[in-house]
Amino acid sequence: MNPDVTLDCYGLLCPMPIIKTAEKFKELKIGQVLEVLSTDEGIKTDMPAWCQATEQEFLGIEEKGGEYRVFVKKLK
Amino acid sequence: MEKDKFNIVVFSGDMDKVLAAFILATTSAAMGMEVKMFFTFWGLNVLRKKKFLAGKSLLQKMMNFMNRGGADRLPLSRFNMLGAGPALMKVLMRQSKVPDVPELLKIAKSLGVKLIACTTTFSFMGFSKEDFIEEVDSYAGAATFLGEVREGKISYFI
Repeated sequence: MNPDVTLDCYGLLCPMPIIKTAEKFKELKIGQVLEVLSTDEGIKTDMPAWCQATEQEFLGIEEKGGEYRVFVKKLK
Repeated sequence: MEKDKFNIVVFSGDMDKVLAAFILATTSAAMGMEVKMFFTFWGLNVLRKKKFLAGKSLLQKMMNFMNRGGADRLPLSRFNMLGAGPALMKVLMRQSKVPDVPELLKIAKSLGVKLIACTTTFSFMGFSKEDFIEEVDSYAGAATFLGEVREGKISYFI
């Protein structure tokens, strides 16, 4: 997956990755894909929940050795 | 579409409980909700400036001398140990990059969370608006909060 923007949230615990994602989304254009890098396991369920609440598109998550790459598309 | 409303009463002035309140408030704001935090009783300490004395009467001054305000010097609800507990907790939190109460307060403001101070506690403790930080959005009573609760999607009390 080719993200337009990457947000580094390594080492940050809940709720900071979600709050930083929400802040970053304000800068994105509709249709752009954000990649969030995180080491917080909570992101696996937190990001889909955030996408559902804010009506953004959750594209998927890649996990590798306790590191997560989460992809989210801005719909509105 | 009108935003869902999240209301939270911050009654406690303990660092751990206030942290929980701010984490829920900032996250729900990030999730697109309209958030109001009502600070009352010990919770008002979060919004107080660090002043040596507050209050009008002697009794109020004595009370506020013991009940010190300031978002960065709240006690822990357990293991306070005359301030050693919160100091240790702050170190642990910093090591894990967890924001403290003053940082969360800034994040909350930037996400548009409204901070409301209870006028009743404010009055009987003898505070004046100069005793409070500029981030306070308004001063209101129980009816205002209950009005919000009636329309709210989620309402909490900590």
